[in-house]
Amino acid sequence: MTTIIGDPTEVGDLGPDGLPPRHPDHLDFLEAHAVFVLREVAAECERPVLLFSGGKDSAVLLRLAEKAFRPGRFPFPVLHVDTGHNFDEVLEYRDKRMAALGEELLVASVQESIDRGRVADPGPGGSRNRLQSTTLLDAVAAHGFDACIGGARRDEDKARAKERILSFRDAFGQWDPRNQRPELWHLYHGRVRPGEHLRAFPLSDWTELDVWQYIRREGIELPTLYFAHRRRVVERDGMLLAVSPWVVPGPGEEVVEETVRFRTVGDATCTGSVRSSARTLDEIVAEVATSRVSERGATRADDRVSDAAMEDRKREGYF
Amino acid sequence: MAPPTGAATAGPLPGAGPGPGSALLRLATMGSVDDGKSTLIGRLLHDTKQLHEDQLDALSRASRRHGAPRVDLAFVTDGLRAEREQGITIDVAYRYASTPKRAFVLADCPGHVQYTRNMATGASTADVAVMVVDVTAGLREQTRRHACLAALLGVRHLVAAVNKMDLAGWNPAAYGAVEAEVRSLALRLGMDGVTVVPVSALHGDNVVRRSDRAPWYDGPTVLEALEAAPAGAWARDGTGAARLPVQWVVRHRGGGRSYAGMVSGGTLRPGDAVVVLPGGRRSRITSVETYDGPLAEAPASLSVTVRLEDELDVSRGDLIAPVDDAPEVLRELVATVCWFGDAPLHAGSRYRLKHTTRLTPALVGAVESRLELGPVDLVRAEELRCNDIGVVRLTVGTPLAADPYRANRVTGSFVVIDEHTHATVAAGMVGPPLLAPVPTA
Ligand SMILES: Nc1nc2c(ncn2[C@@H]2O[C@H](COP(=O)(O)OP(=O)(O)O)[C@@H](O)[C@H]2O)c(=O)[nH]1
Repeated sequence: MTTIIGDPTEVGDLGPDGLPPRHPDHLDFLEAHAVFVLREVAAECERPVLLFSGGKDSAVLLRLAEKAFRPGRFPFPVLHVDTGHNFDEVLEYRDKRMAALGEELLVASVQESIDRGRVADPGPGGSRNRLQSTTLLDAVAAHGFDACIGGARRDEDKARAKERILSFRDAFGQWDPRNQRPELWHLYHGRVRPGEHLRAFPLSDWTELDVWQYIRREGIELPTLYFAHRRRVVERDGMLLAVSPWVVPGPGEEVVEETVRFRTVGDATCTGSVRSSARTLDEIVAEVATSRVSERGATRADDRVSDAAMEDRKREGYF
Repeated sequence: MAPPTGAATAGPLPGAGPGPGSALLRLATMGSVDDGKSTLIGRLLHDTKQLHEDQLDALSRASRRHGAPRVDLAFVTDGLRAEREQGITIDVAYRYASTPKRAFVLADCPGHVQYTRNMATGASTADVAVMVVDVTAGLREQTRRHACLAALLGVRHLVAAVNKMDLAGWNPAAYGAVEAEVRSLALRLGMDGVTVVPVSALHGDNVVRRSDRAPWYDGPTVLEALEAAPAGAWARDGTGAARLPVQWVVRHRGGGRSYAGMVSGGTLRPGDAVVVLPGGRRSRITSVETYDGPLAEAPASLSVTVRLEDELDVSRGDLIAPVDDAPEVLRELVATVCWFGDAPLHAGSRYRLKHTTRLTPALVGAVESRLELGPVDLVRAEELRCNDIGVVRLTVGTPLAADPYRANRVTGSFVVIDEHTHATVAAGMVGPPLLAPVPTA
């Protein structure tokens, strides 16, 4: 954010801060577009909600919502779909962030969906990732949400790469990738019939590196999980899973202590950590810039099932 | 403005023009089935090291499953189950690449007429069209149509890769014949800049890596052409006048209001004398701000809030523009539309129209003509069918402050929405088609 057009001595008009006008960089344009999308969704939809996972992408979304709506309040509540398989750091972080923002937090619990018989319990070690779709869709129906704002990015996965910024969901919460609404220019239209809803993805065009560069530039606080730390892990399916009440070492699995960090934060049973010594944002940006493994490939067991795992989950109403 | 937080990552951009958004270039691809579009994109991503190891593994697995003899870079692009099964592209896929010079957003667009709506989705925000032509087949009908659509949507720069040069023995005459076809098409479409490059996407010649197979070619590689291409085709024929469609009204504690929106067309500054349309009340901008503080100026594509000197009644859908260069306020408009509805478009039909941040009812007064794309010609028509492009007359319920599309891609565009299903049934551009139709003899 230090680029100045031409020779500063030639710039006649100094800004209100006494500095010459600044030439916007690509993060400025990504930010401006995301803010635009947030405002359009807030203005066009009756009852939007912002989905918050405690991860870095939703941390960025919260900052963008501040940029879009302060000094006013957010024109939507924040919803956490809680799998019950959480890292403690993430819940602490969530509560701290929400208290600082002074905005409304709703929690939709996968455990409750299990208790009410909406979904079957995959058992203590099983992933609850896929179950979140039902919990989310039940919350959408119960609150009458017509737009869920999420932090998904198109660079994460090839099904996501196909998705619109405002993406339509039918009355069953389904995504029909073969018949998406055309989405021209920046004309995002938020109209749906009762029971239908939209997913809105303001970070669609951001890459993992953009997100980290933005976090660094903005000084956005994150759960400590994202920074290198010592942790007891087991290696399972080529991933380093944190030992927890839900990840119990099986026979033949060895528990080792490693210096790791997380690249994504999700259900603890299927989110792996990576060996890393990156303890600061500068080190993380450098690591991501040279990483040879993609974010999901490194850390998400659920996407290794098949080439179309994400597409199949999304069709069912997943984030 | 907050002091720099030590994170200047994008930095100055050598080679990137000073235009708005030059740090980020948006591309739309076009090409006919089997010309090698997917392979070219795969090659671009691969050779600029955007592909990760696990993605390469997935690629070789997919290639093996589909019986490809080696790792097929084409599998980088097609993402949906149905697309992989049928070997076609149904919808736009977005890919991201960056080099030390620039960040790219690449919209990989489908080519089939049936998916024109998706093609238009990808092209509507593009700065540059990237075309792939198989040198052994020449410029095909589908590619011509696709290029026409991109030009119609205001894309004014073309980078054409003449592909499969290995199959033509790197013969300069074979290349020259296709290059001439591409140049003559670009000329007819009124493109401002055309770069044609002989490549072999399969072997990686002249995509990112310069090839020694074509000593007779001294132009740029595909990547060099993209790094040098001008961004911000958004207001090519514009006057440089800024527009701010009001998205959101911010009420400040202790009184006062500011108006949030994204700037287009030019730069907004404190002190500018402005008019609020369609009402026509005048005032002056007292400040241009973001969450991070006041700005000396806001170029196009930034989201800002502005305050005005006077307490005016301004709401979402209004447009703030300079007094001395404001758009016309229209109740009736002549517009070019790409029709996507299943039912044909007729005179007398009612829809909703979204123009900037305004939603208004609209009535179709008349369908005037239909645009034929090969060769380009306007013919009289009574209706427009799905995937047709044509000129219509519309009456709108609320007067719209609109520029011709050729002057501003934001204030000159709209979408047409079905009143009942809320489906987006058309893309509209204010004014006649950007393609100059060739007069018929
Ligand atoms: N010999 C040769 N074959 C190529 C080249 N580029 C692509 N192909 C092949 O042409 C076929 C179609 O390519 P693909 O990228 O799938 O085409 P698309 O339908 O335009 O996306 C595939 O078998 C490719 O391997 C090239 O430069 N040389």
